[in-house]
Amino acid sequence: MSVSSNASARMVPSAPDTNSWITLETVSLVVFAAVAITLPAYASVYVLYMACLVAINVIATVGLNITVGYTGLLSIGHSAFIGVGAYAAGLAMVHLNTPLPVNVLIGGVSAFLVGLVFGIPSLRIKGVYLAIATLAAQYSLYFVFQNWTSVTGGDRGLNLPATNLFYLGDTGFYYGALILAVLACVAARNLFRTRVGRSLIAVRERDYAAEVLGINIVRAKLLAFGIGAAFAGVAGALTASFLRLVNPDQFTLMVSVFFLAAVVVGGRSSIIGSVLGAAFMTLIPDALREILSLTSPGGTANVAGLLSPLREIIFGALIVGFLMFEPRGLMGLVERLRGRKELVGSEASGD
Amino acid sequence: MLRQFIEFSIIGIASGGMYVLSALGFVIIFKATRVFNFAMGEMMMVSAFLFLTASKTFGLHWGLALLATLGLSAVLAFLMERFVLRRMIGRPVVVLVMVTLGLGSILRGLAGLIWGHEIFQLPDFLPRAPIFMGDVLIPGKLAWSFLGVAVIAVGFIAYYRYSRAGIAIRATSADLVTAEVLGINVRGVFTMAWVLAGLLAAGAGIAAASVNGVSPQLGFVALNVLAVIMLAGLSSVGGVVIAGIFIGWLETIVGAYLGASWQSFLPYVVVLAVMLIKPNGLFGEARVERI
Repeated sequence: MSVSSNASARMVPSAPDTNSWITLETVSLVVFAAVAITLPAYASVYVLYMACLVAINVIATVGLNITVGYTGLLSIGHSAFIGVGAYAAGLAMVHLNTPLPVNVLIGGVSAFLVGLVFGIPSLRIKGVYLAIATLAAQYSLYFVFQNWTSVTGGDRGLNLPATNLFYLGDTGFYYGALILAVLACVAARNLFRTRVGRSLIAVRERDYAAEVLGINIVRAKLLAFGIGAAFAGVAGALTASFLRLVNPDQFTLMVSVFFLAAVVVGGRSSIIGSVLGAAFMTLIPDALREILSLTSPGGTANVAGLLSPLREIIFGALIVGFLMFEPRGLMGLVERLRGRKELVGSEASGD
Repeated sequence: MLRQFIEFSIIGIASGGMYVLSALGFVIIFKATRVFNFAMGEMMMVSAFLFLTASKTFGLHWGLALLATLGLSAVLAFLMERFVLRRMIGRPVVVLVMVTLGLGSILRGLAGLIWGHEIFQLPDFLPRAPIFMGDVLIPGKLAWSFLGVAVIAVGFIAYYRYSRAGIAIRATSADLVTAEVLGINVRGVFTMAWVLAGLLAAGAGIAAASVNGVSPQLGFVALNVLAVIMLAGLSSVGGVVIAGIFIGWLETIVGAYLGASWQSFLPYVVVLAVMLIKPNGLFGEARVERI
C-alpha cells in the first residue's frame, strides 16, 4: 500500500527514492499481517476484544474519511449512521435470524439509504449546511432509536443472540471483523484510483473547476456522503453482533466526535492514516484508564468520574492540535520522521 | 383551555429570548469570519458556571458576578480567536468548523472536571414573584430574564447597526477584500466578532441556566438554537429575533401538548424542513449558493 497512490492528487512528482519507501512499507505490511492473523493464538481475551474494537472502528473511520477527508464534507452525525446499521442488523438478527454476512449487508445498505435522506436536502446548498444536517440526523435518529419502543426497544435496546462465525466463537468474530476491515481499506483505496473517486477529490479541491470538467457535483457529494454512511452501517452491524446489545446511548454526539478525531488524528485523505487513527483513538481511553488507576489512590470509582471529562478534553485537544500543527495527522508525522516533505497540502488553496 | 394556551405561549416566548441571544452569537461570528462556531453552546455553559462560581463560591453580589462573567467570557472568546482560529485563517472552512467542535469538546471536558456532572441551580437573583397580566400568570424568573435578554439584544443590535465597529463587521461580511482595501482592520474585526459572541454567550448562558440550572450538558441544549439560525437564514441579525421567539414558542407548545421528548426533537425537524423548502431561511440574504 503505497502512500503516494492515496494522495496522488495532492502530490508533486517525487524523486525516484520511492523504492526504499515501498520496501519499508511492504515489510511493515507483512509484519502487520502476520501479527493480525496469528493474534488469537497467543493474545489474552482482553487484547482480542480490543483488536475487534479497533477493526470495527477502522471501518467506520475509513468511511468518515471518504466523506470528510477525501471529499471535504463535514459530517458530525457519523455515529447515528453506525446506529442505523446496528439497529437494522440487530432487527434482522432478532426477527429473521440472519447470519453475519447478511447482517453486514443489511447494515450497510440501510445506513446508505438513511444517509441519502439527510444528504439530499443539504448537499444541494454550499457551505456548512451538511454539518448542520448531520447534526440534525444525529439528534433525530437518536430520538427514533429511543422513542420507537415497539421496534427498537427504547432505552433498554435490543439483546441479540451470539454470533458463531466459522464455528470459532470470539476468534471467528475477530477474523470476520479483520477481513471486513481489510476489505474496507482496500475498497476505499481502490475507489480513489477510479474515475468516481478522483472526481470526489476534484470536488474537494475546487468545486467550480470540477463542474467545468463535467463532474456532477451534487451526485459526487451525495455518493461520498452515502458511501461514508454505508461504511458506518457495516461497522454498526459488526458492533451489534460484537456487543450483542444495541441501545441508543452507543450512538451519541460524543461518538461522532470520536470518529472525527480519529480521521483528523490519523490523517485526512489517507487510508493507512485512518487505520492508525482508529487504533490510536480506540486504545487511548483504555491507556488513560490504566494510567489513572495507577496514579490515583482513590480507587476505581474516582477514576470513572475523571475518565469521561478527560476523554472529552483529549479528543478535543487532539482535533485542535493536529489541525493546527500537523494537518496530515499521524501520517504526516510518519513522513516527517522519514524526512519526506514533498506532499503539498491542499490546505493552502483555501476554500 | 385558552388561558392555558396563552400561558404556555408567554412562557415559550420568554424562553425564546435566550435563543435570540445565542443565535446572535452564532450569526455575528458567521457573518464576520464565515466560521460556524459549534463551540457556542459550550461558551454559554462555561459562562453560566463562571457566574455560579462568582456568586456562590466567592459570594459576590449578582451584579458584580454578572460583570465578572461578562468580562471573563469575553476574555475566553478572545483567547480562542487569538490563539487558535487566528492562526488558521485561510484554511478551508471545514477545517475551521472542526476546530470549533474540538474547542467545544475541550471546554465541556474542562467543565466536567472542574464542576462535576450534577445540575446546579443558580442563586436566585431574579425576583420570583409571579406577574399577573389579567388572568394570565407569568413566572417571575422567566419574565425578568426575558427582560434582561431583551435589553442585551436591543443594545447589541443597536451597536451592530450604528457603531463604527458594527459597520466594520458588516463591511467585512459583505466583501472582505474591499473592506481591507478601505482600511478596515479585518483581523480586528474577527477578534471583535468573537468577543461580542463571548458577551452574548455569557448573557444567553446565564439566562438559560437561571431557568433550568447548569451542567456540562447545557452546551448540547444550546445546539437547539440551530433551528433558529436556519429559520432566520444564517446571516440575518433581525431575522434571528423573530425566529428565536417563534422557535421558543413552538418548542414550549410542542413540549406542553406532545411531551418532552418531542420537544428536544422538534428543532431538528425545523432545521431539515427549512433546508428542504427554503435553504436561505426566511430572512437570509439570497447569497446561498446552490450547486
